[in-house]
Amino acid sequence: MPEILFNLVYIGLLICCAMCLYRVGRGPTAPDRTVAIDILGIVVVGFAAVLAVQTGKEYLLNVAIAWALLSFIGTIALAKHLEGKGFDE
Amino acid sequence: MSNAIGIAILGIGVLFNLMGCIGLIRLPDVYNRLQAATKCVTLGTCLILIGACILSGSVPTVLKCVICIIFVLITSPTAAHALARGAHTMGVKLWEKSVIDQYEEEKGSQS
Repeated sequence: MPEILFNLVYIGLLICCAMCLYRVGRGPTAPDRTVAIDILGIVVVGFAAVLAVQTGKEYLLNVAIAWALLSFIGTIALAKHLEGKGFDE
Repeated sequence: MSNAIGIAILGIGVLFNLMGCIGLIRLPDVYNRLQAATKCVTLGTCLILIGACILSGSVPTVLKCVICIIFVLITSPTAAHALARGAHTMGVKLWEKSVIDQYEEEKGSQS
């Protein structure tokens, strides 16, 4: 019984990822695409946590932590680039 | 029993994530999309991580999940704020039915 529920969770998260990728490809301006990449990073953190619990492999949680921080750094860099500034201003 | 509670919290988190991503698709404007998607997806991912805590129950997993929740809660609003500021400075227009733009007024009064 829990296997079916986990499959439903996976399908929901995959639909989220597909919607984010649609916005990355379609978005009219550059900030749209950056927002979608940020959201995709957060969704993938949840995905890694669910995968870690279902398969019992704990190292996937380390992947989730690293992914959260790297996604944050990438978004900040892109936002600074959009603003037209360097990193130390 | 704790399995049922964990899976219920996991399902609620996935529903929040879906709502946020529907907002990302449907709303008309960068700022609207940012607002809807960031808030819903942050809450949904935190609920998913809490559900993972309850489902696993071992101490290292719970610690890692709590660290991950703290990181997501700190970094997501910061990134959203920087993105909104960057988009406004870049000159992305608001939706034509928006009623107020206080950041623009503040910039105009300063210069």
